Amino acid sequence: MSLTRQDVEKIAHLARLSITEQEMPVYVTSLSSIVNFVAELSRAETGGVEPMAHPLDGQRQRLRPDVVSETDHHEKYQKNAPSVQSGLYVVPRVIE
Amino acid sequence: MLHNLSIGELAAHLGGRQISSVEITRHFLARIERLNSALNAIITLTAADALAAAAAADHRLAAGERGPLLGIPLIHKDIFCTDGVRTSCGSRMLDNFIAPYDATVVARLKAAGAVMLGKANMDEFAMGSSNETSYYGPVKNPWDTAKVPGGSSGGSAAAMAARLAPYTTGTDTGGSIRQPAALTGVTGVKPTYGRVSRYGMVAFASSLDQAGVFARTAADAATVLRVMAGFDPLDSTSVDAPVPDYAALLSAPLKGLKIGLLREFFDGLESRNATLIHDALKIYTSLGASTVEVSLPHLPLSVPTYYVVAPAECSSNLSRFDGVRFGYRCDQPKDLADMYKRSRGEGFGPEVKRRIMTGTYVLSAGYFDAYYLKAQKVRRLITDDFRSAFQHVDLLIGPTTPTPAFDIGAKIDDPVTMYLNDIYTIGANLAGLPGLSLPCGFVDGLPMGLQLIGPHFSEGKLLNAAHQFQLVTDWHKHAPRGYE
Repeated sequence: MSLTRQDVEKIAHLARLSITEQEMPVYVTSLSSIVNFVAELSRAETGGVEPMAHPLDGQRQRLRPDVVSETDHHEKYQKNAPSVQSGLYVVPRVIE
Repeated sequence: MLHNLSIGELAAHLGGRQISSVEITRHFLARIERLNSALNAIITLTAADALAAAAAADHRLAAGERGPLLGIPLIHKDIFCTDGVRTSCGSRMLDNFIAPYDATVVARLKAAGAVMLGKANMDEFAMGSSNETSYYGPVKNPWDTAKVPGGSSGGSAAAMAARLAPYTTGTDTGGSIRQPAALTGVTGVKPTYGRVSRYGMVAFASSLDQAGVFARTAADAATVLRVMAGFDPLDSTSVDAPVPDYAALLSAPLKGLKIGLLREFFDGLESRNATLIHDALKIYTSLGASTVEVSLPHLPLSVPTYYVVAPAECSSNLSRFDGVRFGYRCDQPKDLADMYKRSRGEGFGPEVKRRIMTGTYVLSAGYFDAYYLKAQKVRRLITDDFRSAFQHVDLLIGPTTPTPAFDIGAKIDDPVTMYLNDIYTIGANLAGLPGLSLPCGFVDGLPMGLQLIGPHFSEGKLLNAAHQFQLVTDWHKHAPRGYE
């Protein structure tokens, strides 16, 4: 099975990735070869097999007491932000 | 020379006050200054912080404190968050990211008095098997600078082989510690999933990622792992189980040890590589172990399983890079959608984008069952194969990689060929098992690795088996020319 340019454009949109004109044919080819490669899985007999999401069976999500354990670090954390104003993250206008 | 001493020897000299941590630190910093430019193994040098940490360690030593890592330098893979120090993950996306906190691995080693010299180059977001996908350029293999060091922890492995630090840290999602350890002739340990905290380790594939260590010997790795490992409430999949004193387990005799030789690992293996593994088995037999051939019929499906599961988890994990709160943002975005797409399109390199798109595809409506759910089922079959094998043997043995280090540029344009480099290492990640690679000889002057895989939480047994091998062999003592 091979992916088309339209398939790759759709995947890139879902993943919110801009792909340049030069990159596009490379991804059409390489993603097709990867999809073909992993299609080998269809050979495996998996009737009745429970999907495995986690390597340690039986591990449960822990609960902790519902108490405040974090302190306020927003100034330190926001030092890494591309654009900040009055403690808020600034992004292009969303609502006109 | 200082750079050839083991961690135990350095600790003894520090404890006897024959040498100071500042002197050791200066020695390694000078080596890095002199040798790193040919290797590109280290991308951030923290010399001033290192000397301050060394002076602080010397104070603790002067006050009578002793510790196995107190005052001993290391290099961290640049995937671990280091408070106040750039943590790039090998990506343009995080080129300007100054971590605001320490990863648990970093914090534990820091508390033990470890001295960080700098941060090691790596494949971008740990996605690669050759260290060629780094935004900062490829790492060169000290054994031959035309060759790759393996990946994704290629900088940590090359730095270890070039004796730029007594030990280095790494992470292993599909082989990223064991494969570069093999290709650079050092010892590398990938612990059981959940053994070492993932907190503060930039996430790639959360059900597979695990932190570990590169060292010259299994004995050194045992010392470091004891400090790194253990329960961490900050990691929801951290396992709450006591950490054994790995060093105390090293000397156990191997008499009666049952070793399984993985039949699937020899299909298509070049005869010279296979010979090295059989030679290693003879050594184990002479040490009192018995060997039996074992078959894991689903193991050949581990690479396609991995290249569904890992990209799926990656596409989810890397959705956090949106150009809003941290990381790269494109210039002059015309609206929010344009900002997301161009920040990610420009901030991520080609292989990371390929993995995100693969993951997005296998998780998308109409393909989820055929790919993602199918892969999760095959993952269980592979895991069950391992479980059955461990009912008959104590550990499994085989090569770490199909070939020694290959030329830089040889496989970078063919992702599937590149992915097959990890054919022998991926199984342990899918099943969450510990694995270890240790040097077992040379092919064409390049090191090859022997891989040991054990049941969950058998790190002590793997380190014991590796240590006993290293007591009667000297492959781990060879240094690349120019780095002796």
